[in-house]
Amino acid sequence: MKAVEMKKGIYWVGGIDWDIRNFHGYLTQRGTTYNAYLIIDEKITLVDTTKYYLVDELLERVSSIVDPSKIDYVISNHVEMDHSGGLPRVMEIAKNATLVTAPNGAKGLAKHYDTSSWNIKTVSTGDKLELGKRSIEFILTPMVHWPDNMVGYMPEEKILFSNDSFGQHIASSERFDDEFPSEIIIEEAKKYYANIVMSYGMQVGRELKEASGLDIEMIAPSHGLIFRKHVKEIIDSYVKWSSNIVGKKALIVYDTMWGSTKKMAYALQDAFEEKGYMTSMKNLQNNHISDIITEVLDVEYICVGSPTLNNNMLPTVASFLTYLKGLTPKNRKAIAFGSYGWGGQSVAQIEQYLSDSKFDIKLSKRLLYIPSEENLEELKEELKKLL
Amino acid sequence: MKKYVCVVCGYVYDPEVGDADAGVAEGTAFENLPEDWVCPVCGVDKDQFEEA
Ligand SMILES: Cc1cc2nc3c(=O)[nH]c(=O)nc-3n(C[C@H](O)[C@H](O)[C@H](O)COP(=O)(O)O)c2cc1C
Ligand SMILES: [Fe+2]
Ligand SMILES: [Fe+2]
Repeated sequence: MKAVEMKKGIYWVGGIDWDIRNFHGYLTQRGTTYNAYLIIDEKITLVDTTKYYLVDELLERVSSIVDPSKIDYVISNHVEMDHSGGLPRVMEIAKNATLVTAPNGAKGLAKHYDTSSWNIKTVSTGDKLELGKRSIEFILTPMVHWPDNMVGYMPEEKILFSNDSFGQHIASSERFDDEFPSEIIIEEAKKYYANIVMSYGMQVGRELKEASGLDIEMIAPSHGLIFRKHVKEIIDSYVKWSSNIVGKKALIVYDTMWGSTKKMAYALQDAFEEKGYMTSMKNLQNNHISDIITEVLDVEYICVGSPTLNNNMLPTVASFLTYLKGLTPKNRKAIAFGSYGWGGQSVAQIEQYLSDSKFDIKLSKRLLYIPSEENLEELKEELKKLL
Repeated sequence: MKKYVCVVCGYVYDPEVGDADAGVAEGTAFENLPEDWVCPVCGVDKDQFEEA
């Protein structure tokens, strides 16, 4: 396993996780990578590591360039174990290395590993680490998406080591965005943003403001492909996603036992289409919540439907709503709906979730058992009046 | 009135702004925030805040 040169003397030395399909509940159909970077200068520097089970792959890649025991600095941009899992091994081998991290990083790492014998240097925004001909300037990016996140900018080479920001869960032997279909990269970056970063739009805005003052030729994230062709596109996409700009689109998410709630879902779709909206139907039996969340990112309306099961909504719908609430999309309109037989509590429960999540609820509708043609027609008209 | 900063995530509570999402009016001093108020960014308790 060899390192891949990105610029003269700067190498990708990460690990490829071809098999992973479930990343803490996020469906990673394409697997992922944990990107680590090696800089050969007067000081030999490693930026981030991999999950623990790929650290041998990382060490082999480093060894293809330099003896890992010669590493002088190890930069830890984020405590989460997909990037720090390899640190204990690396710090054991690189006996003289100094670990460079944010103050929150030092605290967090000490809660994950025995760091007592590590030589740790903490840095804050504006601090610069001199490596010889090159340097790295740090920008703390707290809560994008953990308290400890930071990024590093190398002005001499115009590289941003952005850690989880701009990442995508893709396993591939291609390393650069010009070697891989760019639509897939942006789609996976969008899914990554929606599932991991969406709650922190305000923090992303602040990070983008800092980044706008930088001359960036290459973005080296901690997952997926490295950007060197589509740098502007990915930054523009982050600007768009973090400012909650929506299109004339409606997302209709539901589950159904006997098809009645589904009938309501399709009646709502009819109304949206007649008013010129693009629509997307997501039955929770057939779609993973982490895929549905990607679509939430740019819709004006989100409609959530469930029949009543034993005085409650269906568990699939509850699961989706819990996930949605955590990711706190802003400025969205919502509709709750569902069919019922007697108690009919599900729709009010959905409404409660949506209002707790600060959605603007425009319509809430429950219909008894199998909705008649007239019922559905009325539902359609009611919605059309709102649009 | 003094500003307070969340040591976990860096959010700054500015009494002049308050926290409308949590129903906290402008002009509310940090000391007068309800005990169950939490950081709007990362969700930790008041005791994780320091004077800015
Ligand atoms: C995507 C993601 C979001 C998280 N959000 C929070 C959070 O909002 N508040 C918190 O206290 N911890 C949060 N955590 C941290 C986890 O709760 C923490 O890593 C915990 O130790 C994981 O426990 P486990 O090993 O049982 O999964 C988050 C972790 C991840 C991966
Ligand atoms: Fe992370
Ligand atoms: Fe990550």
